[in-house]
Amino acid sequence: MDQILIQTLHGLVNGMVLAMVASGLTLIFGIMDIVNFAHGDLLMLGAFVGASVLGVTGNYWLALLAAAVVIAVLGAALQVTTLRPLIGRDPLTTILATFGVSLVLQKYALWQWGPSVRQISEPVRGDFTLFHLQYPWYRIVTAILAGLIIAALWLFLKYGKFGIWIRATTQDRVMAQAMGIPVPLVYTAVFAIGSAMAAASGVLFGPFAGVTQTMGFDFTLRAFIVVVVGGMGNLGGSILASIFVSLLEAYAAIVVSPAQAVIVSFIVLVLTMLFRPTGLFVPTPK
Amino acid sequence: MLVLDNVDAHYGKSHVLHGVSIEVRAGEVVGLLGRNGVGKTTTLKAIMGMARRTGGRITFEGRDLHGVPPHGLAGLGIAWVPEERRIFRLLTVLENLRTGLDRPGVTPARREELLEKVYAYFPILKERRNQAGGTLSGGEQQMLAIARAMVLEPKIILLDEPTEGLMPRMVAQIQEIVHALHREGVAILLVEQNVPLTLDAAGRVYIMEKGTVRHHASSAELRADQRVIHEYLGV
Amino acid sequence: MSTLTSAAQILKVEALTVRFGGLAALTNVSLAVPAGEIRGIIGPNGAGKSTFFNCLTGVLRPTSGRILFNGENIAGLPPHRVSRKAIARSYQITNILPGATVLENVRIASQSRRHNWSMLRHHRAFTDVIDRARAVLADVGLAQKEDEIASNLSHGEQRNLEIGIALATEPKLLCLDEPTAGMSVTETQATVELIRRIARDLTILIVEHDMEVVMGLAQTITVLNYGEVLAEGPPAEIQANPRVQEVYLKT
Repeated sequence: MDQILIQTLHGLVNGMVLAMVASGLTLIFGIMDIVNFAHGDLLMLGAFVGASVLGVTGNYWLALLAAAVVIAVLGAALQVTTLRPLIGRDPLTTILATFGVSLVLQKYALWQWGPSVRQISEPVRGDFTLFHLQYPWYRIVTAILAGLIIAALWLFLKYGKFGIWIRATTQDRVMAQAMGIPVPLVYTAVFAIGSAMAAASGVLFGPFAGVTQTMGFDFTLRAFIVVVVGGMGNLGGSILASIFVSLLEAYAAIVVSPAQAVIVSFIVLVLTMLFRPTGLFVPTPK
Repeated sequence: MLVLDNVDAHYGKSHVLHGVSIEVRAGEVVGLLGRNGVGKTTTLKAIMGMARRTGGRITFEGRDLHGVPPHGLAGLGIAWVPEERRIFRLLTVLENLRTGLDRPGVTPARREELLEKVYAYFPILKERRNQAGGTLSGGEQQMLAIARAMVLEPKIILLDEPTEGLMPRMVAQIQEIVHALHREGVAILLVEQNVPLTLDAAGRVYIMEKGTVRHHASSAELRADQRVIHEYLGV
Repeated sequence: MSTLTSAAQILKVEALTVRFGGLAALTNVSLAVPAGEIRGIIGPNGAGKSTFFNCLTGVLRPTSGRILFNGENIAGLPPHRVSRKAIARSYQITNILPGATVLENVRIASQSRRHNWSMLRHHRAFTDVIDRARAVLADVGLAQKEDEIASNLSHGEQRNLEIGIALATEPKLLCLDEPTAGMSVTETQATVELIRRIARDLTILIVEHDMEVVMGLAQTITVLNYGEVLAEGPPAEIQANPRVQEVYLKT
């Protein structure tokens, strides 16, 4: 019973972090049809930047902010230089491009920060007591922060002028252009936002397991699973799917080792593709 | 104001426009008639930079449109109301209008004015302002598409078959709106298959066939001698 | 009008109705086409011409009614079964294989009719197929270009190749869907001549917007409007019919 409770908390917390990562990914895919294989590596770089800033300033929140900003700029630069020239070409080309970027980012991180694991110390110490169990505060804080950031994204999309531009461009790029919406700028901005969210996720997740160049891969993998299960381009769906899949994995980890628990995610993916390929959390298409 | 000079266009390999020359002066309503598939919509798409222009020039107020990015046309004063309307289905009516209202250089006061103006023209849009665009009827979507163009405060509206698929009552309403826009001084390039409406609304009419302009006359002339219309639009 | 015996009617459509929910795309459409005729199908936008073709070729299942091809009801059959009944269709969007040569495009179509995709013999062993393919290319005016890669052909030539591919399946009924769309005046003339040439041994249904083409080619014209048959008769009659003019000119 205790196990289940702990795993539920794990699942929820991991799910919220994953939701942040997946939100950025699904936003990028929804608007630009770009499958961003480098997404997890943007997360990884964000974590490294965060670790460095934390090392220099000792301030976790500053590190979080700095990571988001720096990686947002990096993301924008990447989009303008490598992805914008590929607009309109075969989708395979952009997949290969983002894959290439992923490799470059990983090697860069290795070169810049070396092979040893960096630490990000948690922003909030201590555990809180649930019944007779101890659970680290910072994980709860992480989940809450992730939730707040996602909520902020949702509000931004729903109410801001820019949010309308993003939604209009996602639905009908050509008509959006005809209305004077600067679509190339919108694309770059969305990529930057997605990158910033990935970077922030990296800093939030840093205290959980340390920062390494390969930490991005697991996230990219799970984020893709979740984006498909939640319905590609569907923000609400990917959030629900993130929590769903993370909970399932957490419960599976009671029975098998955590490394093997990821199989559960794949099973969900395969079942979704077989029976509800448009997404589990999407209303049945007519 | 808008001049197409000997324009050729291709869709892939298909040579769809051959030497099309059309002119719309400021404040004019010009009709573009022709049967299905003759290239009327393609002509509008060539202006909007959506068909590959392979010959000739398109200028607006003297400025060559070649090289103007697709999102720059609205800023120049060219608004497009496409054949399929292309409402942003998941955006509300108000949000659809905001895609045009939220332009640089428009003060909040002016935005309110423009919004009130289109609501006055189309009261049903005010009623449905928080409804998703996709839930509107065909006629309402057409009104929204026109309203969306109006809030761009355009110098010219490219209006593509606004009455297609609409009931006669709505067709009359569209006719009214075209008149009203004309009174306001907005130029209109009206692509249509509905002959009486076009002859009523437009001062001059171009008639296209097989990708080129075959005839050009004033509405009065065309009304007086129906043979030309019969030849190019009848059976 | 119908002084034909039903035996000579290769196609007889009876009360064909197609409804999508509340929308009636076709209502009670009936027509009879004698073997060897070129029948034109015209009508304004949304009249139901494409829907009609889709029913004929099995792409769409009608809500009710019968489509009798040589006396056999084919309504509701899937496309590959319809094709086996010797009905072929050319499409508005070309379906040619862009990477293959002109001859190969037609040969493959011909082979599908004759040899059931036998996997064990080399394609060069099927001389009858190649002969047939060459004959078709001659009919559609592409004999000189048999080794040309299909994507290198001009638009008009590609659309004629499309007709050739349909012909290679040895149909008895050929449905042409706007065969001159997007063509220049010269290309259109070439296609009209092509259709006249192949019409000798076939029955042809042609949907067109180009009035000159359809009035010049068709022996009988059926006019559709809002999913119903509005008028039917020889071109001169249709052109003189005030109701048809009304529908087109919306007066």
